[in-house]
Amino acid sequence: MSVAQIGQSVRRTEDQRFVTGKGRYVDDIGRPGQAHAFFLRSPHAHARIRRIDLHEAQHAPGVVAVLTGDDLAADKIGGLICGWMIHSKDGSPMKAGPHPALAQGKVRYVGDHVAVVIAETLAEAKDAAEKIVVDYEVLPAAVDPAKTQAKGAAQVHDEAPNNTVFNWHLGDKAATDAAFAKASHVTTIDLVNNRLVANAMEPRAAVGDYDSGTDNFTLYTTSQNPHVARLVLSAFIGIAPENKLRVIAPDVGGGFGSKIFIYAEETVCVWAAKKVGRPVKWVAERTEEFLASAHGRDHVTKAELATDAAGKILGLRVHTKANLGAYLSTFSSSVPTYLYAPLLSGQYDIPAIYAEVDGVYTNTAPVDAYRGAGRPEATFVVERLMEVTARQIGMDPAAFRQRNFVRSFPHQTPVIMCYDIGDYNASLKKALELADYKGLGRRKRESARKGLLRGLGFSAYIEACGIAPSAAVGSLGAGVGLWESAEVRVNPVGTVEILTGSHAHGQGHETTFAQLVSARLGIPMEQVSIIHGDTDKVQMGMGTYGSRSGAVGMSAIVKALDKVEAKAKKVAAYCLEASESDIEFKDGRFTVKGTDKGLSFGEVALQAYVAHKFDGQELEPGLKEGAFYDPKNFTFPSGVHIAEVEIDPETGVTRVDRWTAVDDFGVLINPLIVEGQVHGGIAQGIGQAMMEGAVYDQSGQLVTASYMDYRMPRAEDFPLYQIATTSTPCPSNPLGIKGCGEAGAIASPPALINAITDALGHEDIAMPATPQAVWKAAQKTVHKLAAE
Amino acid sequence: MYAFDYHRPATVRQAAGLLAKKEDAKLLAGGQTLLPTMKQRLAAPPHLIDLSRVDDLKGIAVKGRSLVIGAMSTHYEVTTSAIVGEAIPGLAALAGLIGDPAVRHKGTIGGSVANNDPSADYPAALLAMGATVITNKRKIPADEYFQGLFTTALEDGEIITKVSFPIPGKFGYAKFRHPASRYALVGVAVAKRGSDIRVTVTGAGADGVFRWAAAEAALKARFAVKSLDGLEHGPEGINGDIHGSPEYRGHLIGVMAKRAVASALGK
Amino acid sequence: MTTVNLTVNGKPVAAKIDPRTLLVQFLRENLRLTGTHVGCDTSQCGACVVHVDGHAIKACTTLAASCDGASVTTIEGLAHNGELHPMQEAFREHHGLQCGFCTPGMIMTAVDLVQRKGNHLEEHTIREELDGNICRCTGYHNIVKAIAAGAEAMAGQVSAQAAE
Repeated sequence: MSVAQIGQSVRRTEDQRFVTGKGRYVDDIGRPGQAHAFFLRSPHAHARIRRIDLHEAQHAPGVVAVLTGDDLAADKIGGLICGWMIHSKDGSPMKAGPHPALAQGKVRYVGDHVAVVIAETLAEAKDAAEKIVVDYEVLPAAVDPAKTQAKGAAQVHDEAPNNTVFNWHLGDKAATDAAFAKASHVTTIDLVNNRLVANAMEPRAAVGDYDSGTDNFTLYTTSQNPHVARLVLSAFIGIAPENKLRVIAPDVGGGFGSKIFIYAEETVCVWAAKKVGRPVKWVAERTEEFLASAHGRDHVTKAELATDAAGKILGLRVHTKANLGAYLSTFSSSVPTYLYAPLLSGQYDIPAIYAEVDGVYTNTAPVDAYRGAGRPEATFVVERLMEVTARQIGMDPAAFRQRNFVRSFPHQTPVIMCYDIGDYNASLKKALELADYKGLGRRKRESARKGLLRGLGFSAYIEACGIAPSAAVGSLGAGVGLWESAEVRVNPVGTVEILTGSHAHGQGHETTFAQLVSARLGIPMEQVSIIHGDTDKVQMGMGTYGSRSGAVGMSAIVKALDKVEAKAKKVAAYCLEASESDIEFKDGRFTVKGTDKGLSFGEVALQAYVAHKFDGQELEPGLKEGAFYDPKNFTFPSGVHIAEVEIDPETGVTRVDRWTAVDDFGVLINPLIVEGQVHGGIAQGIGQAMMEGAVYDQSGQLVTASYMDYRMPRAEDFPLYQIATTSTPCPSNPLGIKGCGEAGAIASPPALINAITDALGHEDIAMPATPQAVWKAAQKTVHKLAAE
Repeated sequence: MYAFDYHRPATVRQAAGLLAKKEDAKLLAGGQTLLPTMKQRLAAPPHLIDLSRVDDLKGIAVKGRSLVIGAMSTHYEVTTSAIVGEAIPGLAALAGLIGDPAVRHKGTIGGSVANNDPSADYPAALLAMGATVITNKRKIPADEYFQGLFTTALEDGEIITKVSFPIPGKFGYAKFRHPASRYALVGVAVAKRGSDIRVTVTGAGADGVFRWAAAEAALKARFAVKSLDGLEHGPEGINGDIHGSPEYRGHLIGVMAKRAVASALGK
Repeated sequence: MTTVNLTVNGKPVAAKIDPRTLLVQFLRENLRLTGTHVGCDTSQCGACVVHVDGHAIKACTTLAASCDGASVTTIEGLAHNGELHPMQEAFREHHGLQCGFCTPGMIMTAVDLVQRKGNHLEEHTIREELDGNICRCTGYHNIVKAIAAGAEAMAGQVSAQAAE
């Protein structure tokens, strides 16, 4: 391997272990003497626990312990927390009920944790769990987010009257109402943003371990942010002080948000490890993932767009009910508020926006961030409104967007965000060409000849990622800062270890980060190691979510590299007997300006450690620097996705025929990896739009609790995507990069629904547009065509 | 999974002996349905009799005017068999639509027929072609064999050894896959043997696989796709779930029937 | 308890096991071959695909006891003498993986596919044949490309490897 460059599609170094089966995931870890945990879960959506009889289970073969919420309470283990305070529009703080790791008196969703059985084998734990007798008083359940606030609905928590956690708003209501009053056209749509399950292919897992000799706990867990897990488990839940708790997130098999949160299971495993004096292991079965991992989305929205006679947007008004589930998960309250409404301006110059959001409890699994988190919901609102409005006022949807694009930067929207840079028209123009928009009429006629309906849909999305300036999020209610840390350890022979607070669970950091360091220091990539995911090795960091590892995580590395270079120059100056200001660093060599005198990076590193050439009092030996980087602003990736579909009205089967994506991610470090992120995001977005949906029945049973009922996207569902980029380098970070991890999932659902509704000739279809739903909707089209 | 004792006989006779001797024993064919059911603790046989090494349950041959398939023939073996492809190409195609490639390497025709899952593909083929289920004790015509959801004419101690298909003049099968599970949301088989025409439906019936008389009558007049124009099954007696209401499934029966006829006609 | 004798990645293995042990448990827990993964409970995700007597099967829906006498190849047995199998190399070259969890099953399925359908695979064939393998990261785009390239590369393999 040689010195890497920025912008080079370097093949991933981590792949060697993954393609040979040598990845090390939590389930691959076996601790000596480990016992196995199985959680007894509530079969009811809402019930009072009158009594739990553990006797028979405790005496079943192989059982080590059976523990309940009473045991947690006795040990003063606190409940799970929500780390973002939202205030209602009347100024009152959000109303949250307690969230114990094991139920205390009540269960509030199917899958809620009633007790844990720890046994020699998993089979024995399961056998014993069947012997636990729980006397439930089954209560009526509130399941539908649209109805949960109604009088007479079952109350999920006494603390939240009418199941309302908050009634929050953003924007200027009076100005928005005034804009609507003078509009020549108002578009009104009702939208459901369907509930999804993240479904990382690796189910969640945890191994808790306790060393009585040192009083140290270790938790191996499927986490996107091990330091945040440690912080919460220490400071709020009270497992152990931070210096006594090590959290390790080894290889993690996908997260998509669902592994950000601190869950009951890992809390119980690490606590129980001390209690039973054995390592305790738990691995979710897929059905447990469905029942008890945080779900995503689940909004019911009424949205309106006001335009003038010239097709200029005057205002946008939104009311959303956001289902938060039965408990507030770690960041749940931020998702339908500050990660949602500030994106409602889209790529457009909108003078007035007002958004009102009710966060509501229901007797369903907790809902929290899932790839995009709030931004896909906002984009769906904006881009459906844009398409429907264009159709209603008789404008070409591309031209309508162009008329309303933000064209000068920085641009302050009426909803917090200040867009730093972009060129929305450049992406649109490129996308129109690549998608052969001009040829659409011909393709529609060809489809019609075969009895098929063809349609094309746009999505001109913007998102805010690179999360986030700490002071800004603090002022909005976040309990943490969202900086990132990095440490650069140069070894005496010039090899480098990077310790980063970012965590990779598929993103390829080991390659991209090493590529950055290699390019910067002029050393081969194999001399750079990336270390992450272990709180004993890496200084405090904030982890990976919100497409932040590039813009924030790598910026922290750059900041630390700046310090390393500065120090190395001092060392080189001593060694080369030159003035520090005369030392230049280029292509891995320190040289004295205007001479051929110089030292390689490795030679300077060695000199830094042997410290023979300088006075250790004046200049410290060693070459190791750390940095904490706090971003100045969010980054604002944007772009245009164009979906083209062909519908068989006889069966409702919708084939995604073409997909064009043109994204502006600023500077790309590794285009191959960026493209991969886009592909995956698009597939998840298409999944949301036409396949996936978590469905509860009226009693609160999860109908889609396995792959037998939850429709996962498969290889057959997709065409080869046509991907391109434009670039306006981000001015807010040293690398000029924007986040790319969530863009595809944010952009794609409205593009697809816009394409399907174009094909159908009417707007009457909701996500997921399954074959059944499209068939039903196509009946209306067929009748309409017959009538014409 | 609950604990069980494992037995692996070498002959049908040994298997039958174990089945008689071991109370509540269950036969394990390919295991592609039984094992997931046991993993979910929805079945708890104390004894499992693995038929994978019973050689006399294997083999595919044409005997007279019938195609005879050994019960332990995998879906992969059926779909790739030159003999099946020659005799009843539509049956080879049907076997290639079951599950996924890995499942087809394990799942067997005998296991599928014994289980009689209302969304399985084979029952539609057996009923359409008037096949005979041959056991260690007797021969059961398909008309008598399928008796509702997961219910068959098999009696205690009975082991399916072969399935014999009278070779039809024409046979076609069209499947609309359940979006999530990949079983048949609706599967329609059409067989024509002389003037005898049968149209069978799997995946949709509230009571399992069934014959669709109206379609059979329409095709008797003329065996052509056009004969089914405008014919709808309707939602009566059809089951529903989130992916397919009785109305949708009922509608798809008509669509799939046409596609099955087209396939039977080599179109 | 029941006894099994089998060959795993070319090495003979004998063990006494609980009859309810699934092949995937046997590989992961008894042999510590943890490259074969479990991603679902319903035989659909394909993370557990291995080869038994040359055919891809789902190790989560196969009893280890049933494999007595069989030859099993897992992802760990694909590379020879430190050289990646062409399909492994193709996944790496084409960025056909992200989190890596579904990857072993994908690669084992792909190798089986080539053995059944040859070295020149159409895009739609590859997509159809992946019906029993779910990936959540890649959107399948690069997996499809990797398998097409890997299949071509396997044509150049020596027969000894093809016979695994």
